Amino acid sequence: MNGSLHLGAIDWSIMAAYFAFVLGVGFVLRRSVKTAEDFFLSGRSIPAWVAGLAFMSANLGAQEVIGMAASGAKYGMITSQFYWIGAIPAMVFLAIFMMPFYYGSRARSVPEYLRLRFDEKTRGFNAISFAIMTVVSSGISMYAMGLLLNLLLGWNFNVSMWSCAVIVLAYIFLGGLTSAIYNEVLQFFLIVAGFLPLVLLGLHDIGGWEGLRHGLVTVATAQGYAPGAFSESWRFLGSARSNPMGVEWFGMVMGLGFVLSFGYWCTDFLIVQRAMAAESMSAARRTPLIATLPKMLFPFLVILPGMIAIALAQRGVSGGLVIPAKPDGTLNFDLVIPVMLGHYFPNGLLGLGLTALIASFMSGMAGNVTAFNTVWTNDIYQPYLRSGASDAHYLWMGRIATVAGVVLSLLSAYLVAEFNNIMDVLQLVFAFINAPLFATFLLGMFWRRTNGHGAFVGLIAGTVAAAAHHGLTLPAHAVVGIKGGWIGVRHLYASEMAQNFWTAIFAWLACFLVTLFVSLATAAPVRVELAGLVYSATRRITPAVGEPWYFQPVPLGLLALAAVGVLNVCYW
Amino acid sequence: MNLDIRLPIALLFSLIGTLLIAYGGWAGAPASGPAAGFNVDAWWGTCLLAFGLFMWWLARR
Repeated sequence: MNGSLHLGAIDWSIMAAYFAFVLGVGFVLRRSVKTAEDFFLSGRSIPAWVAGLAFMSANLGAQEVIGMAASGAKYGMITSQFYWIGAIPAMVFLAIFMMPFYYGSRARSVPEYLRLRFDEKTRGFNAISFAIMTVVSSGISMYAMGLLLNLLLGWNFNVSMWSCAVIVLAYIFLGGLTSAIYNEVLQFFLIVAGFLPLVLLGLHDIGGWEGLRHGLVTVATAQGYAPGAFSESWRFLGSARSNPMGVEWFGMVMGLGFVLSFGYWCTDFLIVQRAMAAESMSAARRTPLIATLPKMLFPFLVILPGMIAIALAQRGVSGGLVIPAKPDGTLNFDLVIPVMLGHYFPNGLLGLGLTALIASFMSGMAGNVTAFNTVWTNDIYQPYLRSGASDAHYLWMGRIATVAGVVLSLLSAYLVAEFNNIMDVLQLVFAFINAPLFATFLLGMFWRRTNGHGAFVGLIAGTVAAAAHHGLTLPAHAVVGIKGGWIGVRHLYASEMAQNFWTAIFAWLACFLVTLFVSLATAAPVRVELAGLVYSATRRITPAVGEPWYFQPVPLGLLALAAVGVLNVCYW
Repeated sequence: MNLDIRLPIALLFSLIGTLLIAYGGWAGAPASGPAAGFNVDAWWGTCLLAFGLFMWWLARR
């Protein structure tokens, strides 16, 4: 499939326009970066709607876009749950219950909140693991981008990685977090602009939603499932064997809906940073809620193309679409989006679609770099290497950290390119470290007896539990090794996804219980130090006089939950 | 922050929209494939331009 998409001058012009704007925004914003807070947290001045769109886009890297379409082709409508139950409740919870502590504590990062609430060692553990993970994740997505662009357009792997790295470095160096946020908002609109026509053309081609459902019935029955298994999202979650994803509803709800989703949306600094940059407490709480609306609608933009592709491919020659196969014979679902783009888009729209993909890669990388430079400067450099320096010094350090972050990302990309199985190992390790985090924050924010010893030991216990569970279980049909079972196979799961969800559940439980017991066994934290950091030591936030109901988090949150509930009923 | 983000959005989408309309007008509708006979570039370009102008209006208010 090398160099299979042919670009014309119009496509290049659209791409060039995008790059010019991205750099231009960085240059214009340079003037407004005067303090370290401007650079790392946009001076806490971002309007809610901007922060909300950035909040959602920060998560939307190209790997996510491509991966979701691939999952849509592989699993059907169930994939939407990653955006519904796997995101909305967590975002609502963050807005209503956790934002008051993140924003009210004036912490400049998630690790800093941990230092304020617990102690230095908890902060250190989180800061160092996060810094490493975020830079390596950035490298992994750069590598994926380089590979994809090489495959589709025949671009030199090194040239595409370096050019994107240089552009991202430039606009963050100049404008800091604000540049990254503005470009994330731009990316959001570009993705809609690039993918909406794809969905419209695809649906038209396959005969509308009815035609799609009809096509998916053939796909489902051909794979041995009930007719509706690819087009319905809850009905077949009764048992792991009756749906293509191989999970049952409990694993889905608790593993994905609770542990993984809350763990990510509520504690990952890359995401939370966008809400911390908002212009007020009210704006900060509205930020995740504003993000829920596009988030719950996005399955129709990124997952639907995958479902259309598999339904068309199932028709064989008459469908007109072929999903390329991997060397081992299985379908290469990661190529679904590029194949769809090439199939439906003439030059012009093709350039727009590709620009949207490249924009996603770049802003994914930018999100990692801004999170890294902030955590490095505030949570590693300032406390452990050089405290008490001037604000201008830390601003300078932030810029240096930006360069270092980009360089380290590139190094990680080459490392992963050289040792391909490292990518899987790394992503596994990151999953182990992230799984227990939410238990720590939950106990920290809502139970004042939780202390630093409990939090620290709990995090370690959770990480170990995750690794142990992975080592003792294996997905069906998998080989012992990177997929699990490396301690000894005690249990088989119907799918890798199910194993993931249950690893998360056990990790969370281990962290929760250990944190609880160790906290009770050691000295209680000093009450007065907890003001603004724990539920019972913080004044409730009362709505500002004259604030309309749709500015208040609880009504908005209930509205978001109701809306996603309606979607779930429609696509039951 | 002194830069209203609606301005770059408005400019970028107006520009891309105009480029697509111009190209669509010049190249005509695709002759074959799923979008045959339907000038998708020109149509979508118009939508994007309209969005760009809408953003511009919002920024000006």
